[in-house]
Amino acid sequence: MMPVPPQSVVIVSLLLFGIGVLGVLTRRNAIIILMSIELMMNAANLNLVAFSRQHAHLTGQVFGIFTITVAAGEVAVGLAIVLALYRRFNSIYVDDVRLMKE
Amino acid sequence: MIGSLWLVPLFPFAGFAVNGLLGPRVLPRQAVGWIACAAVALSFLFSLGAVSGLGQLPESSGGLVVDHEAQRVTQTLFTWMPLGPGRDGRAVSVDWSYVLDPLSAVMLLVVTGVGLLIHLYSIGYMEHEDRSGYARFFAYLNLFMGMMLVLVLGGSLPVLFVGWEGVGLCSYLLIGFWYDRMFDEKSGMSVADAGRKAFLVNRIGDVGFILGTLLLLSALGTAQIQDILKAVPNLSAGMATAAALLLFVGVCGKSAQIPLYVWLPDAMAGPTPVSALIHAATMVTAGVYVLARMAGLYVASPTAMTVVAVTGGLTALVAATLGTAQTDIKKVLAYSTVSQLGYMVLAAGVGAFTAGVFHLMTHAFFKALLFLGAGSVIHALSGEQDIMKMGGLRTRLPWTHATFLIGTLAIAGVPPLAGFFSKDEILWAALSGSGGSLLLWLAGVVTAGLTAFYMTRLYMLTFAGPPRLTHEAEHHLHESPPVMLLPLILLAVGSVAVGFVGVPHFLGGASVPNLFEHWLEPVMPAAAGGAAGAAAAGHAEEAAHAAAAGAPLSEWGAMFVALLASGAGIVAGFAMYRGGPRPERATPAVRWVRAKYYVDELYDRAFVGPYRALCRFASAWDARIVDGLVNAVAFVTDLAGEMLRLAQTGYVRNYALGFFVGTILILYYVLR
Repeated sequence: MMPVPPQSVVIVSLLLFGIGVLGVLTRRNAIIILMSIELMMNAANLNLVAFSRQHAHLTGQVFGIFTITVAAGEVAVGLAIVLALYRRFNSIYVDDVRLMKE
Repeated sequence: MIGSLWLVPLFPFAGFAVNGLLGPRVLPRQAVGWIACAAVALSFLFSLGAVSGLGQLPESSGGLVVDHEAQRVTQTLFTWMPLGPGRDGRAVSVDWSYVLDPLSAVMLLVVTGVGLLIHLYSIGYMEHEDRSGYARFFAYLNLFMGMMLVLVLGGSLPVLFVGWEGVGLCSYLLIGFWYDRMFDEKSGMSVADAGRKAFLVNRIGDVGFILGTLLLLSALGTAQIQDILKAVPNLSAGMATAAALLLFVGVCGKSAQIPLYVWLPDAMAGPTPVSALIHAATMVTAGVYVLARMAGLYVASPTAMTVVAVTGGLTALVAATLGTAQTDIKKVLAYSTVSQLGYMVLAAGVGAFTAGVFHLMTHAFFKALLFLGAGSVIHALSGEQDIMKMGGLRTRLPWTHATFLIGTLAIAGVPPLAGFFSKDEILWAALSGSGGSLLLWLAGVVTAGLTAFYMTRLYMLTFAGPPRLTHEAEHHLHESPPVMLLPLILLAVGSVAVGFVGVPHFLGGASVPNLFEHWLEPVMPAAAGGAAGAAAAGHAEEAAHAAAAGAPLSEWGAMFVALLASGAGIVAGFAMYRGGPRPERATPAVRWVRAKYYVDELYDRAFVGPYRALCRFASAWDARIVDGLVNAVAFVTDLAGEMLRLAQTGYVRNYALGFFVGTILILYYVLR
């Protein structure tokens, strides 16, 4: 099987990251924003793993596993924030939450 | 027995702890009163034991240091304040020590003896208090006794000062005992105000006392009284005068001398046994005790002696005039106390410390008797204190009347009651003692006449003449219970008998020795006796010299003039008030005396008013300037926040975009 060249992986990761940024900037639903953040995170992960293989060095992969773990914690916190938002404002649309302005 | 001296102040403290902690809830009512009495009785017994031990002193041992020549026992309990090396390199420390010598022995017996009688009396007098008030009263009273004994026994000025402050605290607590009542409707002074006034005026004196103590400590490197007295010759004249005068400021506060006497008349807001114990017999005499204790320091400074003598003479005279116009039975006695304290201070000022302490002792008896008698009258009349609403009580309260009469005669200086001997000795010293003068003597004689007059007036208006009782008071009228009468009778006996321990030499001759002077001889500085002391000691030469130098009258002549003044006072009082109160024309002089020379008003204007203004200024400064600065900081912060808020949209995506763009910019900057 032909190995996937690193350039392709970087392009995929770039696309993933772009989708994530667009999601964060354009969506109003807090859960989708959270998912978009996960996308960006995984784009970074992909890079780590790809370069780890290219350099034949395991550090990148270990980092990847760390990142996944941290991401799990981050999701837990994020969902808790969303839940709190819902209780407080009866909505998970971030545009309804404008306390900084009010 | 003398080794257990340290126990003497401990009994009342134990009584205070028991009654204060358990009294209001646990102990039955009767137990509270008797525990308090038992504590003082134990103190009295141990005092008796210790004082009788002065006769044959043991050798120094353990914590006891015995000075046979001065008949002094010093018991050091522990080092209280180690102060490090002094100016000369020796370690300076303040020990917690008690001193028993003939002088503190006199005070010890007077305080515990009279105190015990007044405790007994209080059981009857306070019977209408509720249970917690009853326990509180006796707890305070016991605390006072403990503190007073620390004051009396204190061997160094700081220890003495602990007692000094302690009795001041108890005085405040007990004056304000009925803190929820009104004291003087006219001026709107509450009982709590009276307590505060006493406390604050005393603070002024205490500042002087502390400064005097510190001055002596820094100059001599010791605060132990005996060491100070020994080292007095090393002091420069100015230093001795300064220290003596500073201590005298404290004396003025505690012993109610001009200009700090104003608190004592208002201290009558407290229950009557308190007035008898604290504001007549014991605490207010603490100042005189300190004068006698520090006699060696005072004789080293003629200036200080003059100040002391003039203050005393003036106080005696002024307070006596004020006593003639009061209509509250206790206030008459209060001014009388101020006046008699003036006598004692006058005696100290002319070097007759022995006479001063002698008067202190006799005064403790007859003034406690008069106050307790007044209390008995007030108790019988359900709280009435206005002598205009009394009269004719002679037959209704026979025991109270008889004892009160004895007290009146004793304070008026009728021979051979106690007051006669002590007063005569002071007057003679004022005329012939070191620094004595005709003017001081005249002030004393006029005071004696006024004393006789206002006391006769008080007696006549209370016990003689037509009854002017309110209907209700008449209805409840009753002689006091035995537990109150017994102290009255014992004190009356004391008022008659106690003068005989100090019969002046010229009266007693060889057959009746002046025991009291002999007793105090080891304590008093040799020069302090003045001409009177020298005469008693048999130095005819010195006595003759002093008499020739200063005294225009012989001792007999002086006595007859004083007796004449007292007699005139009694006759005048009797004649003027035989038919009850008489309408007095309100001449300016009468108005001035009735208004107490406007001294309170003067102090209000001169000190209280400006001080209040200063306080208001400080308060305004705090509220406007200090708080203003803090508020200004908060305001600026708030304003900045308001301005920055304008830049916010509140949309999450705007912030996210900000992050994104910011990150890219930073990355560009870093990777460039």
